[in-house]
Amino acid sequence: MSWLSKSLSSSIGKKIIMAITGLSLILFLTVHFINNMFLFFGKEGFDMLVSSLDAVKPIVRVAESMLVILFGFHIYNGIKLWWENRQANPEKYAVNAAKENSTFFSRTMPYTGGIILVFLILHLASLWVKFNFGMEGTHHYYDVVAATFQSLPVAIFYVFVMLVLGFHLNHGFQSAFQTFGWHHKKYTPLVEFIGTAYAVVFAIGFSAIPIYFFIRSMGGN
Amino acid sequence: MKETKINLTLKVWRQESAKSKGNFEEFKVAVSPHSSILEMFDELNNRLELEGKIPIAFESDCREGICGTCGLVINGHPHGEKKKTATCQMHMRSFKEGETIYIEPFRAKAFPILRDLMVDRSGLDKIQQAGGYASFNTGSAPDANAILISKETASLALDAAECIGCGACVAACKNSSAMLFVSAKVSQFALLPQGQPERYERVQNMVIAHDESGFGSCTNTYACEAECPKGISISNIARMNRDYFVSNLKLQNV
Ligand code: HEM
Ligand code: SF4
Ligand code: FES
Repeated sequence: MSWLSKSLSSSIGKKIIMAITGLSLILFLTVHFINNMFLFFGKEGFDMLVSSLDAVKPIVRVAESMLVILFGFHIYNGIKLWWENRQANPEKYAVNAAKENSTFFSRTMPYTGGIILVFLILHLASLWVKFNFGMEGTHHYYDVVAATFQSLPVAIFYVFVMLVLGFHLNHGFQSAFQTFGWHHKKYTPLVEFIGTAYAVVFAIGFSAIPIYFFIRSMGGN
Repeated sequence: MKETKINLTLKVWRQESAKSKGNFEEFKVAVSPHSSILEMFDELNNRLELEGKIPIAFESDCREGICGTCGLVINGHPHGEKKKTATCQMHMRSFKEGETIYIEPFRAKAFPILRDLMVDRSGLDKIQQAGGYASFNTGSAPDANAILISKETASLALDAAECIGCGACVAACKNSSAMLFVSAKVSQFALLPQGQPERYERVQNMVIAHDESGFGSCTNTYACEAECPKGISISNIARMNRDYFVSNLKLQNV
């Protein structure tokens, strides 16, 4: 296997890992998004969905292990890339014209990624832990979500991170295609459009959850 | 004939050697709008020499945009703001009367500053030596049209071959990655039949040499393409990524 790890640790190799894990995470995010949209169709539907996932726990645990590996490689390589690239470019220009030659989204990938990482830890430590431990027998997942977003700071934090996630995906989606070498005059604009559309839909869709529950909690129920 | 000169304030990076600390030195110049930025430096250096001061070190050779020797960062843009033009082709008429211009050297760990605006770009030479060539038997020249190549492919190869090896892509990149340069050198051969025998060894060796020379990884910001004086396309980077991927799976000795 040594040739493989050697190839994957070259500058392009690290990008291949970012692209494979990044696109896989987008796949996961899609499933997560569809699941979460059930929140808008009332308590019964959502609780039933989560309970049915509970019934196939072993399968969920396998999927979760795969997710841990994907996130692990993505985060490890992301931090490594950020660190090494900083080392390769230690001196900054007095006049920085980066705004005129590249997008904000592309330049901020390590930072948006870092914010997502902080979010990921908090998100797992709160909702995931609550759903998985200490709710045995009860199936009021919907109420847990609703209670979480009664807090204004929590709701604002979630909305902010979903915006940041949109930034990350807006660049990340097309970047992964370029990393795989799929660049074509005719199709690349379409890939860019899909990436942006995806980022916008996800940012809005996911943000709608905390906004919806916070506004509802103000309404008194 | 009397010509109106433009008055400019220059902030020029001065640094004695790679080790020493540099800083901006200010110069006031009155310059003809027809002179190039390098001619302006020639005039300024003449003046400095007359005054017994040390002239500003900068590099140039052809002064017609084909050798890749020149290369200054002007107001944050490698080779200046004007698209697809090398520093030597940049004329003072593109500046406004009274403007202040910041002129810095290319900045990258892999491009140590030799003096003032001169940097050591031998990292790019190492990459070239690792595979930026095609091997042929010597002898009489082969028939020109013996191997047919489609117009589209030939044009893409020629576009890639336009790279003058100036290093502006590295200077523009927030990661100091030289991938636009490497991909142009890889592509100009990978696209043509004559480049096929060494195609996969070439991309392997050039990418390894790139990494060993201290350049960063490409994170697809595409700043390189925007600043490249020859308009080299990032589609070359995609082609190189593809070939690199295949080379790892295919070659037996990787
Ligand atoms: C749901 C979570 C995430 C998704 C869906 C995602 C997706 C992506 C995608 C598709 C790419 C582009 C791959 C490429 O350029 O070839 C990428 C790049 C990157 N991601 Fe993430 N990512 C996520 C979380 C994170 C986290 C937690 C970090 C934290 C450290 C991070 C840091 C990075 C970095 C540094 C890059 C490389 C940037 C670049 O090459 O320009 N990402 N991500
Ligand atoms: S790709 Fe463009 S910017 Fe980079 S070395 Fe070649 S000509 Fe210069
Ligand atoms: S001096 Fe040759 S390209 Fe500018």
